[in-house]
Amino acid sequence: MPAHTIEGMASTASIQVSPDVLARYEAVIGLEVHVQLATRTKIFCACPTSFGAPPNTNVCPVCLGLPGALPVLNRAAVEMAVKAALALNCTIRQPYSQFARKNYFYPDLPKGYQISQYDKPLAENGWLEIFVDGRRKRIGITRVHLEDDAGKSLHEGFGDSDRYTYVDLNRCGTPLIEIVSEPDLRSPEEAYAYLNELKLLMQYVEVSSCDMEKGHLRCDANVSVRQRGVERFGTKTEVKNLNSFRFLKQALEYEIARQVAVLESGGTITQETRLYNPDTGETVGMRTKEHAHDYRYFPEPDLLPLKISQAWLDRIRASMPELPAQKRARFVRQYGLREYDAQVLTLSRALSDYFERAAAASRDPRAVANWVMGDLLGALKAEGKEITESPIRPEQLAELVDLIATGEISGKLGKEIFAKMFATGDSPRTIIEREGLRQISDADALSRIIDEILAANPKQVELYKGGKAGVLGFFVGQVMKATRGQANPQLVNQLLKEKLG
Amino acid sequence: MKISEEQVRYVADLANLRLTDEEVARMCAELGAILTYMDKLNELDTSQVEPMAQVLYEAEETATLRDDVEGPTLGAEAALANAPLAGAGYFKVPRVIER
Repeated sequence: MPAHTIEGMASTASIQVSPDVLARYEAVIGLEVHVQLATRTKIFCACPTSFGAPPNTNVCPVCLGLPGALPVLNRAAVEMAVKAALALNCTIRQPYSQFARKNYFYPDLPKGYQISQYDKPLAENGWLEIFVDGRRKRIGITRVHLEDDAGKSLHEGFGDSDRYTYVDLNRCGTPLIEIVSEPDLRSPEEAYAYLNELKLLMQYVEVSSCDMEKGHLRCDANVSVRQRGVERFGTKTEVKNLNSFRFLKQALEYEIARQVAVLESGGTITQETRLYNPDTGETVGMRTKEHAHDYRYFPEPDLLPLKISQAWLDRIRASMPELPAQKRARFVRQYGLREYDAQVLTLSRALSDYFERAAAASRDPRAVANWVMGDLLGALKAEGKEITESPIRPEQLAELVDLIATGEISGKLGKEIFAKMFATGDSPRTIIEREGLRQISDADALSRIIDEILAANPKQVELYKGGKAGVLGFFVGQVMKATRGQANPQLVNQLLKEKLG
Repeated sequence: MKISEEQVRYVADLANLRLTDEEVARMCAELGAILTYMDKLNELDTSQVEPMAQVLYEAEETATLRDDVEGPTLGAEAALANAPLAGAGYFKVPRVIER
């Protein structure tokens, strides 16, 4: 795909369409997502794919497109692409898929063509389930194919950038898969959910780290609008440069409003490629050569047809981990979690692994889920840490949950101990022993404390006896204060009620 | 003529080639001769012959793939040695505004 700069393009006026008008239309969106595969080396040569190397160091005759150099396909790239395709419920093309040359000229494409797949892609006919507004929806996957990436053009940042473009070919030949969805998405929210689920899935099957800042996940959208109730698709535009989740939503919202405004004013949509400009929040049409899209695809003569035998496919299938959707369903079934909680706890494989280790060690998995989603994620976020860097081990969290579940410590004391566990990495029992925090479940000791408090607060005692039951909370608070939160709350409640009659 | 001057100019433009009128006329003749030869090949009935994409098609599926192991690279100095223009470790080309 040719890269483009946003310079020299006409800007579009800001769009004003009333919500009523907008509501009469429906958007039809399909996404094309490029995912960088996490191989050590490039797709057709043995150069490393490492990010941030000095320019033009990770290159060889193959990725530089030097005469006579021949591509040799990376087995790991094929396996990762197949994994991704299986995770997307696609059918792997049989008896073979084929590479094709896509011809165009751009300085960051030294071969003069991209090696991609055209009429015989690796995989087809899959689907991905998204969860929007409490409803599940299946989004069709048209195809998944393998291709090589281009280099990088730098248009700014050098003394003579007004006259020259600088080209770094390190990225040339990095393996990509392109995942094309059916036009099944009906709103920016659905598109967002789709990209999010896709990212999660790719991370689960470990075919990509999907780091958007490093360009591991790149997204283009095909967008059209039609009046609600109309079956026929409107004319679509292709919106490029949607390289963050925020941009995706903003750009789609803008483009949908723009198309509606054009149609409402009696105009027609021009089929074109538009570039999203994050600085202005607008999409602008790109002036491209009339026949720029004539790529003259033909079968790549330097590569064999790609055959994936049943035996190989079985081996890859056997190596697949549990996918997020399966894991969510299991969490609901096995641990009695709510659907939403299962969704949160499967947001990354590391987080779901943490939960499972803690849940397995505890008698109360639902309480574990609440502690992980609430206190633990909150504390980690406050310190800018990932779940893998948690100072509290899953087994320690399970221990804390069980101490509360068995009534050995109160929930309030639990929160206090949690903070100390997070700060020190010590187990809850260690902290309890060290700081003498064991819960007071001694009825005689508590009885004495309660008597003192009742004696010191005659007015509140009168109020309670006069029918204000809410005052009980005041007394519980006082007892907790006097015991530094170590009183057994059930016992305190019971004793208070007895004494106040 | 098997191929029109217009088609030759279109293909030349796609290939970033600038041809003189004289060259366009010559290309019409030469490309036309190739296409005529294709017609000759098309006289053969191949409807019962399985298409062959590669002579190595029957090779073991993994025999022609590489392991994901790093090999030597050229390095920037060698990579840039033949570049008409380079600087700061980069290839330099006339400023690209759009393709």
